Amino acid sequence: MTELSKSGAAVGEPTDASPAPTAFLEVRDLKVHFPTDDGLVKSVDGLSFALEKGKTLGIVGESGSGKSVTSLGIMGLHTAGQYGKRKAQISGEIWLDGTELLSADPDHVRKLRGRQMAMIFQDPLSALHPYYTIGAQIVEAYRIHHNVDKKTAKRRAVEMLDRVGIPQPDKRIDSYPHEFSGGMRQRAMIAMSLVNNPELLIADEPTTALDVTVQAQILDLIRDLQKEFGSAVIVITHDLGVVAELADDILVMYGGRCVERGPAEDVFYEPRHPYTWGLLGSMPRLDREQQERLVPVKGSPPSLINIPSGCAFNPRCPYADVPKDNVTRTVRPELTEVGSRHWAACHLSAEQRETIWINEIAPKL
Amino acid sequence: MSIPVQSEGSVATEGGVAPGETLLKVTGLQKHFPIKKGLLQRQVGAVHAVDGLDFEVKAGETLGVVGESGCGKSTMGRLITRLLEPTGGTVEFQGKDITHLGVSGMRPLRRDMQMIFQDPYSSLNPRHTIGTIVGAPFKLQGVSPEGGVRKEVQRLLEVVGLNPEHYNRYPHEFSGGQRQRIGIARALALNPKLVVADEPVSALDVSIQAQVVNLLDDLQQELGLTYVIIAHDLSVVRHVSDRIAVMYLGKIVELADRELLYKAPMHPYTKALMSAVPIPDPRRKNAKSDRILLTGDVPSPISPPSGCRFHTRCWKATQICTTTEPPLLELAPGQQVACHHPENFADQAPQDTVLLTAAKEAEKLLGETALQESAETSAAVAATLAEESAESAVEAGEPTEPAAESAPEAAEPTEPEAGPGEAK
Amino acid sequence: MLAYLIRRLFAAAVMLVVIVMVVFGIFFLVPKWAGVDIASSFVGKQADPAAVDAVRQKLGLSDPIYSQVWQFFKGIFAGRTYSGGGDVTHCAAPCFGYSFRSEQAVWPVLTDRFPVTLGLALGAAVLWLVFGVAAGVLSALKRGTIWDRGAMVVALAGVSLPIYFTGLLSLAIFAFGLKWIDAQYVPLSQSVGGWFGGMILPWITLAFLYAAMYARITRATMLEILGEDYIRTARAKGLTEPVVIGKHAMRSTMTPILTMLGMDLGALIGGAILTESTFNLPGLGRAVLDAIRNQDLPIILGVTLITSLAVLLANLVVDILYAVIDPRVRLS
Repeated sequence: MTELSKSGAAVGEPTDASPAPTAFLEVRDLKVHFPTDDGLVKSVDGLSFALEKGKTLGIVGESGSGKSVTSLGIMGLHTAGQYGKRKAQISGEIWLDGTELLSADPDHVRKLRGRQMAMIFQDPLSALHPYYTIGAQIVEAYRIHHNVDKKTAKRRAVEMLDRVGIPQPDKRIDSYPHEFSGGMRQRAMIAMSLVNNPELLIADEPTTALDVTVQAQILDLIRDLQKEFGSAVIVITHDLGVVAELADDILVMYGGRCVERGPAEDVFYEPRHPYTWGLLGSMPRLDREQQERLVPVKGSPPSLINIPSGCAFNPRCPYADVPKDNVTRTVRPELTEVGSRHWAACHLSAEQRETIWINEIAPKL
Repeated sequence: MSIPVQSEGSVATEGGVAPGETLLKVTGLQKHFPIKKGLLQRQVGAVHAVDGLDFEVKAGETLGVVGESGCGKSTMGRLITRLLEPTGGTVEFQGKDITHLGVSGMRPLRRDMQMIFQDPYSSLNPRHTIGTIVGAPFKLQGVSPEGGVRKEVQRLLEVVGLNPEHYNRYPHEFSGGQRQRIGIARALALNPKLVVADEPVSALDVSIQAQVVNLLDDLQQELGLTYVIIAHDLSVVRHVSDRIAVMYLGKIVELADRELLYKAPMHPYTKALMSAVPIPDPRRKNAKSDRILLTGDVPSPISPPSGCRFHTRCWKATQICTTTEPPLLELAPGQQVACHHPENFADQAPQDTVLLTAAKEAEKLLGETALQESAETSAAVAATLAEESAESAVEAGEPTEPAAESAPEAAEPTEPEAGPGEAK
Repeated sequence: MLAYLIRRLFAAAVMLVVIVMVVFGIFFLVPKWAGVDIASSFVGKQADPAAVDAVRQKLGLSDPIYSQVWQFFKGIFAGRTYSGGGDVTHCAAPCFGYSFRSEQAVWPVLTDRFPVTLGLALGAAVLWLVFGVAAGVLSALKRGTIWDRGAMVVALAGVSLPIYFTGLLSLAIFAFGLKWIDAQYVPLSQSVGGWFGGMILPWITLAFLYAAMYARITRATMLEILGEDYIRTARAKGLTEPVVIGKHAMRSTMTPILTMLGMDLGALIGGAILTESTFNLPGLGRAVLDAIRNQDLPIILGVTLITSLAVLLANLVVDILYAVIDPRVRLS
């Protein structure tokens, strides 16, 4: 189990008979559930996707949709900080470059963390240790995975800080996080996560805590770095503008599941799920003429303890009562292909959705 | 959604301020927070949170205030509602100077002026039922509404789209969007004239944001409210506002009608701010060229840059920008700008052409098209202006365009406000 | 960093002068205003008026207030000679007053007693830090398990049982019952083993109380820190769990513990009255107790000053350590 990724072809043969993955990252039927006093919180409840190197996947969803838990699950950090309490339950398969992470030895996964897969967090002030210098934290990240002396590691850290656009990196390396501005801190965070050239980078709301002009700088940086390093990137955000800037593919999450997935252009121009329509309609847009009124999604996000039966979106869906063929409302709709590499999970027929989109939704956006 | 009309009737005209007349007038508003240090707690400096604001809010309109963190927009909100005492300047509400009114002096005015806060989680007391929370203003003001407090509170809950039956529930039983509605119901309880909302939707999810934005919209139409909406999200501000003030380091750099501001921003900062907003359109992903990337971060408000405060990050900054603070002038009708070298308009200091080194650095980061476009529009505007001013010069006696008139004024180096040594 | 240090030192010095004045005021001036004759209390209950007069003259009690304070200050640095009623008493510098009750200068009493109390406090502190913090960390990591519950029950017992109960119980069991130890205080200079033997029970007794408090604080802080974003970041880097806990989480957990340690040590060095009287240790606490019983004002004054000084010094050390641990403190 421990040496899964070392040798070539036969490696990573799954224990059950599911076919070996072809993509660099493949997540299959991922479920992350947290037992609580109030009941089982089904944060992620059957999520599958694949991602190639050099590509960016944008995961979009509102708070409680399970997007952050997904990323923590991939990193193996979903149980972190849960000492002695009832442990999170995780199932499914996560294949990273031929290694299945959920069944792998935890220490092996630990060694992959920070080296093969790295993460950028939302708030760089709280995500960096306040008592250690920026340099010390980057050096530490490098030296866990590289057997080098402190001097070499420090040189590498300066090089990374320089690469992410921190002026006078050889001086700033000895600064503490609180001595940096918000944008600089996020740059340092990015430098730290990229110090080991990870092949998978997960950015969880990387710009949400930043001002808009700084956000533009950071998005630019992430885009450039991806081109340079050729890694696979997952961007998790609630901001459709940010995914549009970065993502090749988009995955829309609702109630712990994927409701729509496809190439970015298709999801923006031909969305095929009422929730995606709702997201697009709720958002005031600078690039369009002033809308008279926004079209919000009615109601509130579902409780993850009592996810509505059938389609999780059905209590908020304006088209829930549209007559459908051969459909039981209490059955959960599965993802079906609605275009090339474009899937959506909805009981409405593809034709019905196309008609609604063209006639009712698109004109109002 | 149907909203019961307020029983009190025509609210907006009460107090003698008709729609379109000035409800709130702010002149030279300042707030400096002293920084004290050492054993003796000597004042060693001050955070210039708000440093000289002039604007008016007309009854029935919505003024949007945008800016990045630290620009003083929230402090401004607290100053005009007098939750903070201004260091300088005046605040007039309905023609009355309220700048230095004490708690008791403000109490009658609190009915007319309400605030909605960003965080719907922390601004509601968790131990009180929402009935108590929404009804609290009646108690504080000693007002007994017709039909009793309970009935009035339930009416208010209905107005903001909550179930009146939930009168006895506690805040934790509601979702974020619903809590923000509770906050709005509380603010509306006493029929205010002015509602100051500080980031009313930024803590909410996208789909819920739209619900609250629409609610604020409806309430304004039904009740004739006047809003000052403070937010960092430019798309939200554009959606809700009639006029928009852009703040940078404690100052208003541009104050204009919504359409003018978004179509042809004049202040470089406004332009940069708007171009930085990520556009939810994947086809424009690689259209990086029309984005203006600002260098560095916002300078510290403890020692703001001399002259124009934006000159350290501006790609058009010249010598005059480091020494002379540009006044906020109405360059075009409905568009006030504080800049020596505005975009989309004639240069206010044309003789000053040598770019600062910092500006040259900043210029490198601009997309080519952005620069080109800026040069073209400015030239075009300058040409039409030259024509106009020539015409207006012929029609003597006619008041000249303020812009054409102010240009030479601004060009003259007036007395420097801060030491030129500050310039970096 | 240096400026911070100088500022703290300067503040401590100013504080010390203020303390001396306030304490002096409480002991000498307040009784005067309240109409109590200090001189007679110095001499004893059935003193003849002549002796009282002599003491009054010797101590300068009829001098103006400022001159009395000045004399006291001067005595600390230059020594002081009490003369009046014929006999002359010399009190060498540093003179913290002279006890006419016990016919001795205060300073030697303090220097005699101080090492005992210091040894008690420091020894106990080492014990409670090691065991309290370890129990707290374990308890946090094993939250909700039998280990956590057990540790917290013991901690609760430690916090709620009074010293004279646990102290006497331990004496009854280990010294008188099992006769493992000879619970007699022996100065360190005479016999290291004897000193250790005499101190071990007081240490354990005192440490039990404090370890309990420290375990609870450590557990609560640790749990809070483990939920911090930067701990998640540390794990995301691929650090092993011992490094995450031992390095990243521990350093943050130390901050509140240090604060407590400073205050507790300072207070203890001023005299662990209950522990010292339970185990009959000749420390400052015992000295104070005896002095109160005898109404021996100068001794009480001296010990009070020493206590204040100890608290002040301990806080100074904590402040400096704080700046070493938390870089954000160095700025402000």
